[in-house]
Amino acid sequence: MSTVTAPATTSLLQSRAASRGRRLRNHLATGLIIGSMAVTLVPLVFLVIFVVGRGGHAFGWHFLTTDIPILDREMGGGMKAAVVGTLLITGGATAMAVPLGVLGAVYLNEYGKQSRLARFIRFLSEVMTGVPSIVMGLFIYILWTLHFKSFSGFAGSLALACLMLPIVIRTSEEMLRLVPDELREGSYALGSRKVRTIRTVVLPHAAPGVISGSLLAVARAAGETAPLLFVIGIVTDTNSNLFHGPTTALSAQIFKNAISPFVGAQDRAYGAALTLILLVFVFTALARVVTTVYARRTTAAV
Amino acid sequence: MPEARSGTATVAPVLTRPPAEQHDGTREVLPPELGERQIVFDLSDVEVRYHGVTAVQNVNLRIAAREITAFIGPSGCGKTTVLRTLNRMHDITPGAEVRGRITYHGEDLYGPRVDVAEVRRRIGMVFQKPNPFPKSIHDNVAYGPRINGHKRGDIGDRVEHALQRAALWDEVKDKLRQSALGLSGGQQQRLCIARALAVEPDVVLMDEPCSALDPIATARIEDLMQELKSDYTLVIVTHNMQQAARASDRTAFFTAEVDDAGRRVGHLVEFDATEQLFTQPSDPRTEGYITGRFG
Amino acid sequence: MATETLAPAAPRNLSEGGVPPGRISDRVFRVVTLAAGLLVLVILGLIVVETAGQARSWLSAEGLGTIFSSNWDPAHHHFGALALIVGTLEVAFLALLIAVPVSVGLALFVTEVAPRPLRRYFVYAIDLLAAVPSVVFGLWAIHVLLQPLADVYSSISSATAGIPLLDTLFGSPSRSGQAVMTAGIVVGIMITPIVTAITREVFATCPASQKEAALALGATRWEMIRGSIFPHSRSGVVSAVMIGFGRAVGETIAVALVVGSNQRLSAHLFGTGDTMASIIVNEFGDATGTWRSALIGLGLVLLLLTVVIGIVARSVLGRAERRLAAVT
Repeated sequence: MSTVTAPATTSLLQSRAASRGRRLRNHLATGLIIGSMAVTLVPLVFLVIFVVGRGGHAFGWHFLTTDIPILDREMGGGMKAAVVGTLLITGGATAMAVPLGVLGAVYLNEYGKQSRLARFIRFLSEVMTGVPSIVMGLFIYILWTLHFKSFSGFAGSLALACLMLPIVIRTSEEMLRLVPDELREGSYALGSRKVRTIRTVVLPHAAPGVISGSLLAVARAAGETAPLLFVIGIVTDTNSNLFHGPTTALSAQIFKNAISPFVGAQDRAYGAALTLILLVFVFTALARVVTTVYARRTTAAV
Repeated sequence: MPEARSGTATVAPVLTRPPAEQHDGTREVLPPELGERQIVFDLSDVEVRYHGVTAVQNVNLRIAAREITAFIGPSGCGKTTVLRTLNRMHDITPGAEVRGRITYHGEDLYGPRVDVAEVRRRIGMVFQKPNPFPKSIHDNVAYGPRINGHKRGDIGDRVEHALQRAALWDEVKDKLRQSALGLSGGQQQRLCIARALAVEPDVVLMDEPCSALDPIATARIEDLMQELKSDYTLVIVTHNMQQAARASDRTAFFTAEVDDAGRRVGHLVEFDATEQLFTQPSDPRTEGYITGRFG
Repeated sequence: MATETLAPAAPRNLSEGGVPPGRISDRVFRVVTLAAGLLVLVILGLIVVETAGQARSWLSAEGLGTIFSSNWDPAHHHFGALALIVGTLEVAFLALLIAVPVSVGLALFVTEVAPRPLRRYFVYAIDLLAAVPSVVFGLWAIHVLLQPLADVYSSISSATAGIPLLDTLFGSPSRSGQAVMTAGIVVGIMITPIVTAITREVFATCPASQKEAALALGATRWEMIRGSIFPHSRSGVVSAVMIGFGRAVGETIAVALVVGSNQRLSAHLFGTGDTMASIIVNEFGDATGTWRSALIGLGLVLLLLTVVIGIVARSVLGRAERRLAAVT
């Protein structure tokens, strides 16, 4: 066989001198890209170490169920009032924001769709997600606290609900949009009216996504400080009545204690920070679990 | 899915001679003419796996310079997969593994010191669906030379030369600054060819370049391919047998068969001069495919 | 017993009146959901109205020009907003300076560089950063960042003393570490996740065919990113930056803890400063009368600023989406 293969005396495929610069730039870019991930992970890791390290020894069931000492300089104690306050206030906000937000999303996706009003509402919701939480706090202060001349946990719930509402509307609308029209049409074809279709077909199908989005909104609200500061007051006694009397919350306590010179208060701040982070992370993780289960369910069904 | 069967009429009917000696497909016989030609690619025992599952295996063939080599076969038999090993596009396909040995002018294409960017400059590719950049016609063709560091004055000439080579110059010379997306499908594909030619490759790989085009545009590209083969080595994947029969010099027929584990695996059945493969195929499977009995 | 005949009723004119039972609940439900949707409008409108109302006494006492006055001195009844506005913008720009390059790098990391099976986990990590409450960031910054930064500031400041522009920027370093720059760094870290999330989505929409085309011509990965992904993503990234800017402007608690509460107009980035959100939180408890009205007025300015930023960001993204839809 007289095949002729070109003798490879010089490599054709290895980089030439001219392209060395290109390869260098490519490597540099890759390095910077990986570097940005490292740079981002560093504060996250340090922060977690900080909170767990300093808050860890204070934290525990005892911490969650012991009253806040009246005097900052007292050592020990717990954050019971703040825990109760955070749970009640955030719970109240969720009870208002999630149903209203989902209903609003239902309007946008099932009724209004691309009408001018619906587009306007959609646009404003998105803009409203960018409004700083302190403005919500000022708003509720003016509207509610000034008017009723008293602090209450409920006012805090209102402020957080204003914060959560646009977020719930946006994420819920996206989930509703993902429900295929074929499902709706199938329901209509069987004679169901719109309300029933929404109730029995659309919402159940979108439920995991809506729940997941709402959980993330709850996590965000639980961590908020500014909206609460002017409207709930500050106390050390646990107030289990959402509607009557001032109360406190974990975020507010952390803020107050952060600048305290007393070690006792600082310790409690770390403990409260750990508590708050755990709470927020639990909700965030729950949201992700719901999404994953949802994804698995839809792929299994296919 | 049955392949388009537009070409059977012009392929000479299979003769009634008995089937030739069985080729086990793992050792192709070089027709005598190939002997005098330069070998550009030499594939030995090439296998490609996706996420551990073999898609195509036992591929042995050699591609000669300044010719048009066609890969034909039913869908899913690995022709595009093998084509993409030739310019290392599988490097960016998640989960893809290329085994075996592929050499380019005698050099290991997957060697440790090989510069992938240089590989792809020398071995260009035109895709099934034309994919011009959302830039001007000029900037599309200039993209390659610019990356390679050519100076501005030089680039204008290279763009013109490439567009002429791709038989597109006369149609676009007055609108070089306009968006490439305003061209027709056939023009966009010729633009993609020009873009590939602008970096002065040695080989141009074409993955079903005409499948998204109308017959007139297809005919223009086939004419273009005949012109290009005097300067470039062309390897084209096509599901259109008639195109392979009339346009290529050498044809490789792939097919997919179910292995013992029940999975479809592609492999090379026969590789021969086009005229030979279509008039006197050595393998009954080839015969079956080109006469439309399956595929 | 006579069974009722099931003779079909005469076909009804479908467009005849008469409301079948389901129809009422349909209408009611529609109204209910519409009301829920309108709530957003109502709330936003009320916020503007109420804050403007409460801010009136500030504006009437000082005149509209007070927005451009840099004298904030409650003790002497001066409530000029300029220093706060400038401080807010300084912190926000510094935050963007840090967050945008990092976010672009992160987005590229997750979409192009990281090994595929691991990508999900990196996204989780970034989302975790987003979940950390502002007050916890502030707490961490106080105890972990202030001291080291104070040292850095004094070194850079002494190194650049005398150099014309730099000594203005880096002069008078804060000894405590509380500074405009510190706030910028903390806020930068905090807005990175949201900017990354949007940028990542935009990068992911770049069609694979475009990326393959670039690579097939012999481009290196970086050249492909610059040649295919970046041009495709331009408006989306601009929108992401604007949204990050809006967040940075509104960031309150972490800033309040580390910025130093100094309401003097200054370009000293390493010196203490203040922002609108931060001063509201710090002074509201003690404020009365015009002072309180001025703080609410600052809240109004903050609101208008973020609303404008939000509108611009949305329309930029909308235009980009429409252009993309036309091309694909």
